Amino acid sequence: MAKIRLTVNGVTHTREVEDRTLLVDLIRDGLGLTGTHIGCDTTQCGCCTIHMNGRAVKSCTVLAAQANGAEIVTIEGMAKDGRLHPVQQAFTDCHALQCGFCTPGMIMAVAGLLKDNPHPSDEEIYRGLEGNLCRCTGYINIVKAVKQAAGQEHS
Amino acid sequence: MFPVNYVRAKSLKHAVEQLAANPDAKLLAGGMTLLPTLKQRLARPSHLIDIGALRALRAIKRSRDKLSIGAGVRHYEVAASALVREAIPALAYLAGQIGDPQVRNLGTIGGSVANNDPAADYPAAVLGLAATILTNRRRIKAQDYFQGMFATALEDGEIITRIVFPLPKKAAYEKFRHPASGYAMTAVFVAVTGRGVRVAVTGAGPGVFRWTKAERALGKHLAPEAVEKLSVDAQAMNEDMHASREYRANLVNVMTRRAVAKL
Ligand SMILES: Cc1cc2nc3c(=O)[nH]c(=O)nc-3n(C[C@H](O)[C@H](O)[C@H](O)COP(=O)(O)OP(=O)(O)OC[C@H]3O[C@@H](n4cnc5c(N)ncnc54)[C@H](O)[C@@H]3O)c2cc1C
Ligand code: FES
Ligand code: FES
Repeated sequence: MAKIRLTVNGVTHTREVEDRTLLVDLIRDGLGLTGTHIGCDTTQCGCCTIHMNGRAVKSCTVLAAQANGAEIVTIEGMAKDGRLHPVQQAFTDCHALQCGFCTPGMIMAVAGLLKDNPHPSDEEIYRGLEGNLCRCTGYINIVKAVKQAAGQEHS
Repeated sequence: MFPVNYVRAKSLKHAVEQLAANPDAKLLAGGMTLLPTLKQRLARPSHLIDIGALRALRAIKRSRDKLSIGAGVRHYEVAASALVREAIPALAYLAGQIGDPQVRNLGTIGGSVANNDPAADYPAAVLGLAATILTNRRRIKAQDYFQGMFATALEDGEIITRIVFPLPKKAAYEKFRHPASGYAMTAVFVAVTGRGVRVAVTGAGPGVFRWTKAERALGKHLAPEAVEKLSVDAQAMNEDMHASREYRANLVNVMTRRAVAKL
């Protein structure tokens, strides 16, 4: 067993986990934050994307023990004071989701992309979201939402 | 995943001791290859020695004629590094072509080179640039290091610490990505060095290899046309559900010409 301490959405938690526990399982089952989804469990779909120490990662492919001491942000930590994060607002405005299963991971990936590249081109948006699959939208409205969030909808 | 003991290495020395004390232990760096393997129960190490957080493995340094990248440097760091972009832009470009952003945020150059997947990107740059692989025990030349599919010169308990790339005059990388995984169906690294032109091919054969016929032709005439009529032996290429041997052999030629055109 491993004793780990990590900060999730600003709150510090201490937990005892099996060494093989995946970070996504700790987040969902241990902390009850079920906004982070498991789509494939094989590092392909990006549904489980969270931010670890400021970088977007697939939490199904990180051990909870590797995150010992880390700062984690999940989808639940994006809205502030009852206001949606600009990426969440853009997804709502642009109808960038249908079933919503991919959405939390997609939003975390978009937030990661915009941090590195605040004004991505279409091509950079496609490349930047390569780690996330959406089986509903056809991506068109997701790309629109990224542009709105980047403040360049009309450019 | 089978039960396993996780150990976070406190130093390189600690990691070496842990490997020596536990013969069935495995190093864990970015986990982007190892964790999927463990989740599929394709391996059963007794311990995972996590070297991902070791500062000593995270440096990128440049001297007059060399670029040194620590084994624990992540793909996104190589892609974004001003030092790498200035010294060997083709290497920064290559790192930015690996997988997807989440994979690049964790995967490391040392993990990729240690794993030596026949479709991985870094081996093409390491061989193409005649880099040297430094370990806790010795220095290994790229040509001696890669030994075919997933096989390397690394011994049990040996840890890659950094990779040292001599600076080329010019270099370029062209990759035909598998549209789903991002891995190289075939990719070619071309380097113009003080000692001639080097052409390294990944994704096409059972392991990274140099296309020496093309190197000689490009040494005489550095232009895409120089290799137009040359071919690799299709029988020596890989074949799988994604592409036949002949298709990969053709891609070697096409990717080489595209890389040369980019120089
Ligand atoms: C969805 C997906 C897409 C990908 N696409 C690509 C791609 O397009 N191109 C590509 O090249 N790769 C791709 N990869 C693989 C990725 O680049 C991995 O990061 C890399 O292969 C392994 O690096 P790692 O740091 O994650 O190593 P780990 O998974 O932690 O380790 C891999 C192996 O190397 C050993 N090891 C690690 N570090 C050292 C060291 N310093 N010394 C000795 N041994 C060591 C480990 O024991 C293990 O056996 C992809 C992976 C995923 C999940
Ligand atoms: S659940 Fe993690 S990538 Fe699909
Ligand atoms: S909205 Fe259904 S998978 Fe993306």
